[in-house]
Amino acid sequence: MNNQIHISFPAIPINEGVARMVISGFLMGIDPTIRELEDVKTAVSEAVSNAVIHAYPGGCGEVRMHATLDENKLELTIEDDGVGIADVQKAMEPMFTSCPKAERSGMGFTFMESFMDTLSVQSNPDEGCCVCMTKIFGKTDAYEM
Amino acid sequence: MQLFFDGNTGHLIVRMPQEFDHYMAQNMREAVDEALADERIMGIRFDFADTTFMDSSAIGFIMGRYERVSAFGGDVLICNIRPRMRMMLRMSGLQKYVTFEEECNE
Repeated sequence: MNNQIHISFPAIPINEGVARMVISGFLMGIDPTIRELEDVKTAVSEAVSNAVIHAYPGGCGEVRMHATLDENKLELTIEDDGVGIADVQKAMEPMFTSCPKAERSGMGFTFMESFMDTLSVQSNPDEGCCVCMTKIFGKTDAYEM
Repeated sequence: MQLFFDGNTGHLIVRMPQEFDHYMAQNMREAVDEALADERIMGIRFDFADTTFMDSSAIGFIMGRYERVSAFGGDVLICNIRPRMRMMLRMSGLQKYVTFEEECNE
């Protein structure tokens, strides 16, 4: 099945759940396993939360989610026009967080990387952030969770 | 989310919501911390029986409560959690601070 969606929404916390619901609905057509669906929902939740928390300090801006389904391959992009990340490599290290006081674990990128097949993050200071992930559905997994 | 006090063990029971994310963490933090002010409380038990989804926000949320509870020598327990979510919590090393209970039906 080939399909695509583009949505944009303000960077506010309630939209983390909205983005998860949208991507769940989008994937229904290819009948994902529960685990595949959870993987993508988690990755979306992490990427959108990052944008909500970090992109627009002291204000609110836009977050965009693009999803493209080409047969059983999902390409997912979550982007914002916020403050960006100076050191992307550092930000992606497990347990690294720029705001420990906000009780952030620094595991967001680690989960995106673990649950999707590929992850790339493009960002520069004041140029927003673009998280691109792909996942192929229907691969046999060694275990189901 | 629901909060109970277990008079037998002295634990504050936090019945976690169906989906736990950053939005939910923001909404629950204050209520849980207010409940923790009760001097009878010896620890927290997070009950995940109703929870079908969580993201990394749960790790920061649990660690934040752990810091408060451990300040007065209390413990943090996690029960009725599904394997996927237990795996996610373990990936962050949370098991060094909290105890995963195999089963507890309350």
